[in-house]
Amino acid sequence: MPDVQALVNDFLNKLKKRKIEGSQATSRQTAELLRSVISQQRVPYNNQAGALIDAVKAVGEQLIAANPVELAVGNIVRRVLHIIREEDLSLTTAAMAGLNLSAVSDDEDDEERDDLPVLSAAVVAAAARSTLRPPSLQTLLEDMPDTAAIPHTSSSGGDSEGKSKSADKSSRSRKLKHDVIEAVNELIQDITTCHEQIAEQAVEHIHQNEVILTLGSSRTVLEFLCAAKEKKRSFRVFVAEGAPRYQGHLLAKELVARGLQTTLITDSAVFAMISRVNMVIVGAHAVMANGGVIAPVGLNMVALAAQKHAVPFVVLAGSHKLCPLYPHNPEVLLNELRSPSELLDFGEFSDCLDFRSVTGSPLLHVVNPTFDYVPPKLVSLFITDTGGHNPSYMYRLIADYYSADDLVVKRRTTSGN
Amino acid sequence: MGVQRKGGTRVTEEPEELARHPLQAILLADSFTTKFRPITLERPKVLLPLVNVPMINYTLAWLESAGVEEVFVFCCAHSRQVIDYLEKSEWFSQPNFTVTTIESHNSISAGDALRLIYERNVIHGDFVLVSGDTVSNMSLTQAIQEHKERRKKDSNAVMTMVIKQSKPSPITHQSRLGTDELFMAIDPQTKQLLYYEEKADHIKGFISLDNMLLADNPSICLHNDKQDCYIDICSSEVLSLFTDNFDYQHLRRHFVKGLLVDDIMGYKIFTYEIHSSYAARIDNYRSYDTISKDIIQRWTYPFVPDVTFFANSATKVEREGMYRAPEIEQSRSAQMGPFTVVGKGTRIGNNSKISNSVIGKNCAIGSNVSIVGSYVWDDVTIEDGCELRHAIVCDGVIIKSGAVLEPGVVLSFKVVIGQQFVVPAYSKVSLLQQPTMQDSDEELEYADSNSGILDSSISGTMDKLNGEMTSEPASELGPGGAGYVWSISEGGHEDEWRHSVAPIPAEKLAEAMQAIEDDLELLNLDGSALSPSGELKPDSNSNDSEGDDDSRDDTFEKEVEATFLRAVHENIKVDDIILEMNSLRLSCNMTSADCAGAIFYAMMKLALETPHPAAGELYKNVASIVSTWQKLLKFYAREIDDQIEVILKFEEMCLESAKEFSPTFSQILHLLYDKDILEEDAILRWADEKKDAEESDKVFVNQSEKFIQWLKEASEEESEDN
Repeated sequence: MPDVQALVNDFLNKLKKRKIEGSQATSRQTAELLRSVISQQRVPYNNQAGALIDAVKAVGEQLIAANPVELAVGNIVRRVLHIIREEDLSLTTAAMAGLNLSAVSDDEDDEERDDLPVLSAAVVAAAARSTLRPPSLQTLLEDMPDTAAIPHTSSSGGDSEGKSKSADKSSRSRKLKHDVIEAVNELIQDITTCHEQIAEQAVEHIHQNEVILTLGSSRTVLEFLCAAKEKKRSFRVFVAEGAPRYQGHLLAKELVARGLQTTLITDSAVFAMISRVNMVIVGAHAVMANGGVIAPVGLNMVALAAQKHAVPFVVLAGSHKLCPLYPHNPEVLLNELRSPSELLDFGEFSDCLDFRSVTGSPLLHVVNPTFDYVPPKLVSLFITDTGGHNPSYMYRLIADYYSADDLVVKRRTTSGN
Repeated sequence: MGVQRKGGTRVTEEPEELARHPLQAILLADSFTTKFRPITLERPKVLLPLVNVPMINYTLAWLESAGVEEVFVFCCAHSRQVIDYLEKSEWFSQPNFTVTTIESHNSISAGDALRLIYERNVIHGDFVLVSGDTVSNMSLTQAIQEHKERRKKDSNAVMTMVIKQSKPSPITHQSRLGTDELFMAIDPQTKQLLYYEEKADHIKGFISLDNMLLADNPSICLHNDKQDCYIDICSSEVLSLFTDNFDYQHLRRHFVKGLLVDDIMGYKIFTYEIHSSYAARIDNYRSYDTISKDIIQRWTYPFVPDVTFFANSATKVEREGMYRAPEIEQSRSAQMGPFTVVGKGTRIGNNSKISNSVIGKNCAIGSNVSIVGSYVWDDVTIEDGCELRHAIVCDGVIIKSGAVLEPGVVLSFKVVIGQQFVVPAYSKVSLLQQPTMQDSDEELEYADSNSGILDSSISGTMDKLNGEMTSEPASELGPGGAGYVWSISEGGHEDEWRHSVAPIPAEKLAEAMQAIEDDLELLNLDGSALSPSGELKPDSNSNDSEGDDDSRDDTFEKEVEATFLRAVHENIKVDDIILEMNSLRLSCNMTSADCAGAIFYAMMKLALETPHPAAGELYKNVASIVSTWQKLLKFYAREIDDQIEVILKFEEMCLESAKEFSPTFSQILHLLYDKDILEEDAILRWADEKKDAEESDKVFVNQSEKFIQWLKEASEEESEDN
């Protein structure tokens, strides 16, 4: 337990001091941290799910408070909470089904029983969910990949189930934890592979001889473009440099290194170039529940330019970037004001101070917001690891990933349905 | 690890050994000055809140994020408070970051502190030396890397000083942090610091450089637009240097200057300039104000109020630099201006206006209060209708209704300001009486030393004082007020506006502008009086330029005299002595007139010192010396001006140093004329110049009137002849 606390503190420190950059890294580390929290958590005799949820919430609350702007942390905490709930639900249904089964088929051979754990976790959860909620397209689609993942879960899960013969409480608790950890592992896997999954769809979107515009640097966009290149598509990329951090320079260099025809432009030249562009492809910091996008500063301008010229504005986002919250006052509350020194050297700033100023406060203010908010009406398409989606569809997608009980991550005395 | 490495050669082992040490830092939690009095009488400076977070947290958080692993916090004044605070905070329980406190009660300066740390023998390699009032977000990696590489090449490079660009105000000659204008000479190639001078006196308008500086270095850059960040990366030798030189007290004034002047040991100091990152030290109230504003404007990111970097409550940043903590009770009609921070649990009443200010935790602000550019700390009560402009208000102060704080006011802890009372500008109010020790400036600087002991005794009696105060309501702070207004004599009123939180008042600026214009005029006058060649004034080794001229003349004269005497005693040829005199003259940058005067002075002195029973004998002595050395004198007294200088010098001697010559003045004058050392033109012009002089100055003109008369007649005759 103490070493988990140390891990949590370490991660909190990193978040507080803004030492982790990028939502992918943040979400992966959050998931890994929560996994170790879960694995270290002692579960009581009954209401294990409640205990786990409480533990995750306790840590999650601190994590979210440490850097409220990094929405990926909250997303992952909610995803994990959702996983716990789902697994718990599936286990109860499975246990009930198992009891029925064992009552009926007591002397049947092991083959039958081996099928039972196969139905565990996500499939049962999906089934249970479909009874609880109106069936969504996503849940129907979800069946496919999950059956592919079954051998993986069954091999480990089957053992304990096979030995315990009946729905023994203690083994069930171990089973719940085990299943949750497995599911979190899958989540981590998803996060790490989201680039590839998004990039797989590249050929469907980028066509021969097209001109693609992007702004700043995003790993997802890089992989996406390169995937299209590998499939022998030839196209050109315009990269807006993304002031004040000029990460577009890095992206341009990377693209050139991979053999793509690249043009680097200033952010302010976007409007001039947009008429020659076939598609705008950008990364995002977070996707809100209403389909709005929190993205690197400057993107709103690009989106407006794209709308003016009816150029499709495509946002690439891994599912860990989907945030179940609605943006209120996103320009300020969901923004991070970074150091003005990225714009102007402090020395130069101090040079233009007027010592005669009457109020005593400097006449020059330098403001450096990190993010822009792009409203949903400006976005043409989201490409996530599960495919392309309309902005208006986002809330459905979010309903699949998150449980409505977790939107506010605050510890209560008892929770767990 | 160490055992394995033993196999390696000694040469490779050493740098690795250096690298293996955890990076250490010494944090001086005492500034050893009195600039923050009266507040620092009750609470150490490092615990004063800066945008609602005690200063030391900024320094520690920065050190931690910069990769420092071990920090020694040196506590002196109020050491107990600092240690208690650190113990309560989470700094002791950080992973990979150890904080150790070192307590001392008798250290009176940074020098003492470092000597004590040296005795403890806790520093093993390079370390970072900062004081607990430093705010920075710079990365140390690069600076330490450079320092280590220099060390490998040159073991005398003991220190790297962090500097940053900051132009001082041309009007007040102080930086935006309120510190004095700083002059540094830096070698542009190696970044070695060659000269460091904080001009305490702005009036002079010139600085003097050692000419060796120019001789030894191919190029130097003289800066006055750099700011010293007081962040030093030191090698462990620095500590032993402090121990060796037990008179080093001040880090800059003694240690840095000492190293720069001392060329026997050859220790070198280098500079490291930061451009985009932030570093500054809170030295006085003005820098407190400036740095607070920089923090609010996020230059110190990530150490800003809405990032919970340490021990600060979560605050949300809104438009226009507004920071609001949760649980604030704010009236709908209250107006919160730009760049304002409001702490947790504060209540703000109707129609109150707050702008450019920092309000602490749990304050109660009434209705119709106006707060501009002020720093209100925790648990302060401000009743209705008060007005605060550019003031610092410490914890627990009560300002009763209708009171007004004028710009620059500092209210120390728990002071009570009575109703409708107007606190005059720049006054400092404390519950404690002003200590009466009024020593010389220098001592005052270190007087804080004793404050460690002294202050604690004061705080002991504080409660008693408090009782007294309340018992007599007729205070000097209005009805119901409590506290003493400190007299401003300390440091002089002149300094108050320079170092206060308030912006510089317009009239002071106008005054300063006027002074500059006057200076310029003066400079122009000086310029015309400067020697035609326009050379820079040479420098002697002494740094104080006051009375420089006189002392230089004196040394030159003495040198000339010594050379001359040597020539007399060793019978050196006249030509050789001329050569020697010339080199002396050039090295001291003197005109030949100066030289002639000096030689003549030396001759006369020799004559005087040669035994002479009677006045007549004296004349004979002079005659013999002059005739032997006339060639030397003639060499320098070629021009009329030079010759006049000789006469003036002689006159001066007769009046002051060698009154014995006065009766024989005209005789000697005649002798010089006879020997063709003085031309008649020179004598006549001298007489002309003296015509309008005072009667006392004309003694010798009168004495030699006959001679002059004769000369005049002779010249007239001559012209008649022609």
